[in-house]
Amino acid sequence: MTTADHRLTQLQTLEAESIHVLREVAAESERPVLLFSGGKDSIVMLELARKAFGPARIPFPVMHVDTGLNFPEVLEFRDKRVAELGVELVVASVPDAIAAGTVREEPNGSRNRIQTPVLLDAVEEHGFTALFGGARRDEDKARAKERVFSFRDEFGQWDPKNQRPELWDLYNGRTHLGESIRVFPLSNWTELDIWGYIAQEEIAIPPLYLARERDVVDRGGMLYAVNEFITPRDGEQVLRESVRYRTVGDANLTAAVRSTATDVEEVIAEIAVTRLTERGATRGDDKVSDAAMEDRKKEGYF
Amino acid sequence: MGTPIDLHSTAAEQAHDLAVARKDILRIATAGSVDDGKSTLIGRLLFDSKAVFEDQYAAIERASRGDYVDLALLTDGLRAEREQGITIDVAYRYFSTPRRTFILADTPGHVQYTRNMVTGASTADLAIVLVDARKGMVEQSRRHAFLASLLRVPHLVVAVNKMDLVDWSEEVYEQIRDEFSAFATKLDVPDLTVVPISALQGDNVVTRSANMPWYEGTSLLHHLEHVHVASDRNLVDTRFPVQYVIRPQSDAFHDYRGYAGRVAAGVLRPGDEVQVLPSGLTTTVAGIDGPDGPLDAAFPPMSVTVRLADDLDVSRGDLICRPHNAPQVTQDLDALVCWMADAPLVPRMRLAVKHTTRTVRAMVKELQYRLDVNTLHRETDAPQLGLNDIGRVRLRTTQPLFIDDYHRNRVTGRFILIDEATNATVGAGMLTPAG
Repeated sequence: MTTADHRLTQLQTLEAESIHVLREVAAESERPVLLFSGGKDSIVMLELARKAFGPARIPFPVMHVDTGLNFPEVLEFRDKRVAELGVELVVASVPDAIAAGTVREEPNGSRNRIQTPVLLDAVEEHGFTALFGGARRDEDKARAKERVFSFRDEFGQWDPKNQRPELWDLYNGRTHLGESIRVFPLSNWTELDIWGYIAQEEIAIPPLYLARERDVVDRGGMLYAVNEFITPRDGEQVLRESVRYRTVGDANLTAAVRSTATDVEEVIAEIAVTRLTERGATRGDDKVSDAAMEDRKKEGYF
Repeated sequence: MGTPIDLHSTAAEQAHDLAVARKDILRIATAGSVDDGKSTLIGRLLFDSKAVFEDQYAAIERASRGDYVDLALLTDGLRAEREQGITIDVAYRYFSTPRRTFILADTPGHVQYTRNMVTGASTADLAIVLVDARKGMVEQSRRHAFLASLLRVPHLVVAVNKMDLVDWSEEVYEQIRDEFSAFATKLDVPDLTVVPISALQGDNVVTRSANMPWYEGTSLLHHLEHVHVASDRNLVDTRFPVQYVIRPQSDAFHDYRGYAGRVAAGVLRPGDEVQVLPSGLTTTVAGIDGPDGPLDAAFPPMSVTVRLADDLDVSRGDLICRPHNAPQVTQDLDALVCWMADAPLVPRMRLAVKHTTRTVRAMVKELQYRLDVNTLHRETDAPQLGLNDIGRVRLRTTQPLFIDDYHRNRVTGRFILIDEATNATVGAGMLTPAG
């Protein structure tokens, strides 16, 4: 770190800000938990947590809301990373909740909405008072207005019209019993910052993020890799394409993009020249409507 | 889906190098109403700095009415807002140029303006106040400039917009500039820049305008890229509020005891003699650990862990400083308070105060005056502070705080007020000298 001129680079500044947020919650919240999906944003968030509390262990557990529709590579990565850091892993299982009848499968096969009640049940069961999420404000216009500390009522609902003023870096994480706070330490990071940090820190990521030849089908202009959740429908042609994933969500809904980026530096070059937003390019679930994210968030989604 | 990008093209390589270049961050707050063209200006900055993606552009192209693509739609908000025709809250936007990366807090001008502007300006290095060239400086412009100065935003830019509608008139620009400069001297604004622009047509936003050859300054974006902010921090008065105590209690780090926190001011180095408040005990800095290992210096806004040579009793809420440069230790706070709750602030009211990493209870001892934001007149007989009011308040806290004047130190000079019944953040305070 260059200290001669007492200035920080953009990544150092963002890192310092995120570490401050992580420590503040650990100091003030009774039982925080970090949402870890194995996706790139939560990987960076977990790495920041490691740095925030080192050389001690991360003083809170991580939780994965398991939709049962995971890419196997991501689950493998999750378990490996958790073991390396020696943190406790809590799994909130959507298939278990479906089996128990607390949620019902939706006709379109998406478990995006039904993971919210599963998350909320796990929060209540474990008594979590603050939940770290890896969301960034540059992702979506509903995110752009969300606070770093986002207050949620007992149903996990976000009320955009009644947010607490957030002044300076003096965060107010107070809650009443049953309420919780969602905390977004990566609020001010952009997609490129995340990748720049992964490159700079040489952070391991699941191989899905890098391009290789995969069998894909074209559905409405989106390329879906053939896997245990996606099988070619009648009339669909299986193509062999060099693709990678820009986001890693459910394996039945996350599309891949054509790419030849086989390492992180190439991914950065690709993103820097790509003029398509992350979610628009790859997430079938956000195509439903212009305000899809806003609606899900009000219902307690991250 | 298109064809894959040629990652070895010059364009891709340049884009990569720009993306990973070492840049600093400039935090901007914008203020102005929809009518001033603020959304168009922000849309223009996002679009011209290529922060707009193809699918976003396609969406606004579809939604635009009229002959041109309405860039204001890029900052279009939530459905809840469109339905009611209002802008609810501060929105954050991100864009970057080869020189800098920008975080822009877009604050709505009408509803809840004080609360929103104060929120947006609290973290800003620079504030942009928009003025409609046809209307000149109006009440709202004064209000926004005043709030920026109250929050001590170090750099103020007045963007005189819609110059195309006044025939690019130099006289109009000069009149607004002179009027604003006169007002700014009353406000103690350290750095004021006035730029004539047309957000709609792009004049003087990114590049210098050919329509206004009489203007000798730089474009708005050029100013944002070059404004000098490194010296805005206080690197003199060392202040390190202890946020969290790190004790690994593992075999490898059996005796490790580190005090984690963010440097609020000054430069801290290993070997420095330091004092810990409130105990007043002195010791030396044994080492400083940054995110990637030991550091030879820590300065704002770094998050670090400080190890001390002696085994002192130090916990969250304590403050590390230099022995001959300590903040004031006091239970009496004199502050300008922005009130943000529906229920008014009244004398004898009990509140919680969060100041750096210390949270204490407090009672409102006195409301000295309410400030008329438009005239700067002090109403000494005001019985209360209502929603969005600003006034000078004296508080008495249950425990001492370690404070500096907000003028001297934006970190140790600020606090928030919390209503302990509702848990809501109800006020923002900036400490001023007693008297």
